[in-house]
Amino acid sequence: MNGDEACCEGALAVGCRFFAGYPITPATEIAESMSRRLPQLGGIYIQMEDEIASMAAILGASWGGVKSMTSTSGPGFSLMMENIGLGICTETPCVVCNVQRAGPSTGLPTAVGQGDMMQARWGSHGHYEIIALSPSSPQEMFDMTIRAFNLSEYYRLPVIILADEVVGHMNERVIIPREDDIEIINRRKPSVSREDYLPYEADADGIAPMANCGDGYRIHVTGLTHDERGYPAMNAKAQEQMVTRLVGKIRNNRDKIISTKNFYLDDAEVVVVSYGISARSSMKAVRDARNEGIKAGLIKLETIWPFPEELIRSIAPQAKAMIMAEINGGQMVLEMERCVGGACPVSLVGNYGGAILHPNLILGAISKAARGKT
Amino acid sequence: MTTSKPVKNIPPHPMDSLLRTERIPHIWCPGCGIGTVFSAVIAAIKNTGWDPNSIAMVSGIGCTGRMAGYIKLDSFHTTHGRALPFATGLKLARPQTKVIVVSGDGDLFAIGGNHFIHAARRNMDLTVICVNNLNYGMTGGQQAPSTPLGAKTTTSVNGSPEEPFNFSYLASACGATYVARWTAMQVRSLRSSISEALEKRGFSFVEVITPCPSSFGRRNRMGSALEMLKFYHGRSVIRGDIDPKDASMDIDKEIVVGKFVDIERPTFLDHYEKFNRPQMPPWRSMHPDNQKGR
Ligand SMILES: Cc1ncc(C[n+]2csc(CCOP(=O)(O)OP(=O)(O)O)c2C)c(N)n1
Ligand code: SF4
Ligand SMILES: [Mg+2]
Repeated sequence: MNGDEACCEGALAVGCRFFAGYPITPATEIAESMSRRLPQLGGIYIQMEDEIASMAAILGASWGGVKSMTSTSGPGFSLMMENIGLGICTETPCVVCNVQRAGPSTGLPTAVGQGDMMQARWGSHGHYEIIALSPSSPQEMFDMTIRAFNLSEYYRLPVIILADEVVGHMNERVIIPREDDIEIINRRKPSVSREDYLPYEADADGIAPMANCGDGYRIHVTGLTHDERGYPAMNAKAQEQMVTRLVGKIRNNRDKIISTKNFYLDDAEVVVVSYGISARSSMKAVRDARNEGIKAGLIKLETIWPFPEELIRSIAPQAKAMIMAEINGGQMVLEMERCVGGACPVSLVGNYGGAILHPNLILGAISKAARGKT
Repeated sequence: MTTSKPVKNIPPHPMDSLLRTERIPHIWCPGCGIGTVFSAVIAAIKNTGWDPNSIAMVSGIGCTGRMAGYIKLDSFHTTHGRALPFATGLKLARPQTKVIVVSGDGDLFAIGGNHFIHAARRNMDLTVICVNNLNYGMTGGQQAPSTPLGAKTTTSVNGSPEEPFNFSYLASACGATYVARWTAMQVRSLRSSISEALEKRGFSFVEVITPCPSSFGRRNRMGSALEMLKFYHGRSVIRGDIDPKDASMDIDKEIVVGKFVDIERPTFLDHYEKFNRPQMPPWRSMHPDNQKGR
């Protein structure tokens, strides 16, 4: 199956029963698969009038107690930003899969891009933390969609899957595990009575148990800055408390959230960092470099946000150079540069979208770096 | 909304069981008609006798949208214009819950206009109450899609150059199964229309012509809140039998009020189940409660 279909199957396997979306290349096949599959499982597919509505609808469905998701690409992702912020502020579990194409604007609708990395991080207004994952294959589309739901249910926020056109459209074999082998995490429910329940009072790990609509708790949910009761609190102190917790629940748990796959790092002199489809070009380049006797290694980012700051910081002093390979003009490379903090030279292998990175391009950069030129 | 001091020391109210009393005093200006509509909504809800735990309220952003913060139901104060799509998701996830949407004219018909026409077209089973105060109250009284031609607002100081929408006609044209309009003075009729709308399956819509004395009234020299109420009431003509397109909404001539639409039509879910029924397991299997996991 292709990556888009694998995303749909992963979502269904983890219990997603509501999908609201609006067609857009190259994410349309997720919606199409959902429209076929959800009715078979007693779920709802609804095609909304636009992506703003789609994002609003999945938040509503999530509060109705049903795991929900939407999928889109660049232009639709831009439209979703305000309600992603509502999801962050109200701590609503849901999943948004952005199958990236090349922008800006309508750009190249049918061609690959990885230009929405910073938009995923900072696209909605105000200060917040986000979780974003990046699959490199249809199998990972399946696996990471499951993980995205589990993270969203546990940490109570919209989790973003930053896929890309090539991963979405490529056909590869996908192994679907037995039902019992799939880990499913559901949102934590309140254990206290209605009188004692404070909807935004967090447990020790920063996560507040969530009462769904209809559970009898008669919650109030607002995108205004709110206190533990969920009631609007229009002052700087309440703002400080609320945002501190929203940011803290992700930052303080980043060890549990961050995931990378590391290849040949032990003795690596040149370290390539990459994600999504570009990680596969990078893998080929690193192997070719090894064959040429260059000590190259690869960090494949499975989580984009939060960024594996500590890992990069610990690797950098031992490396001769670090390279970020990505299909944009340099986005995650900025984050890497910040973490490296001058400990070694950092460079970018990228393009503005429309085609994947040829492994030889990355190999060239590795060879150059190994010779001490960046 | 203004920054004027809110009214304090409100005596205990028969509607307290549906009020978040700890949040009173509210933010609405003295004399604002939203409170009247809010009371009518609460009375109508009580009148249904339904379990409050099976009713939810969703609002957008605006003075009207703040109703969701004062009602003791599951209540959602969402983003500007997006109450309807949020409510759509909520309703489809929990068909057993009655979902009421309350919002302002700007929220429902300017920024949220596209959602309104599609929710009505789909016949989503929602009850929508629109407080039409002829302007954007919350942001200080700007021109809205309801602002009468020539009326003064902070963004149309010489008079609005735009012709307004007729919301009730629009709702009926988009497929609403129940449409009624009243002025905020006609409390008894309003209450009974809201009750009927709540009982109605499908997309029901009640429009309330409501005074906003602080902004619209002040800029158009309409006098006190009470004078505004009386003015709208005086302009109103009850015409229950009328074709919605003739239900004129013109504060200078006549405000036609009454119930304009009351029809049956299959809802989105009726159609969805019909087309998909062969494979449908029972509804509740959708819920995570009924799924494995920890
Ligand atoms: C996207 C967005 N744009 C603008 C605003 C600012 N805003 C808040 S309420 C409002 C208008 C409210 O008017 P209406 O819906 O008629 O409600 P009222 O206050 O009159 O009850 C506006 C423009 C916002 N909150 N969000
Ligand atoms: S609608 Fe007008 S009168 Fe009512 S609270 Fe808002 S600004 Fe005040
Ligand atoms: Mg208004």
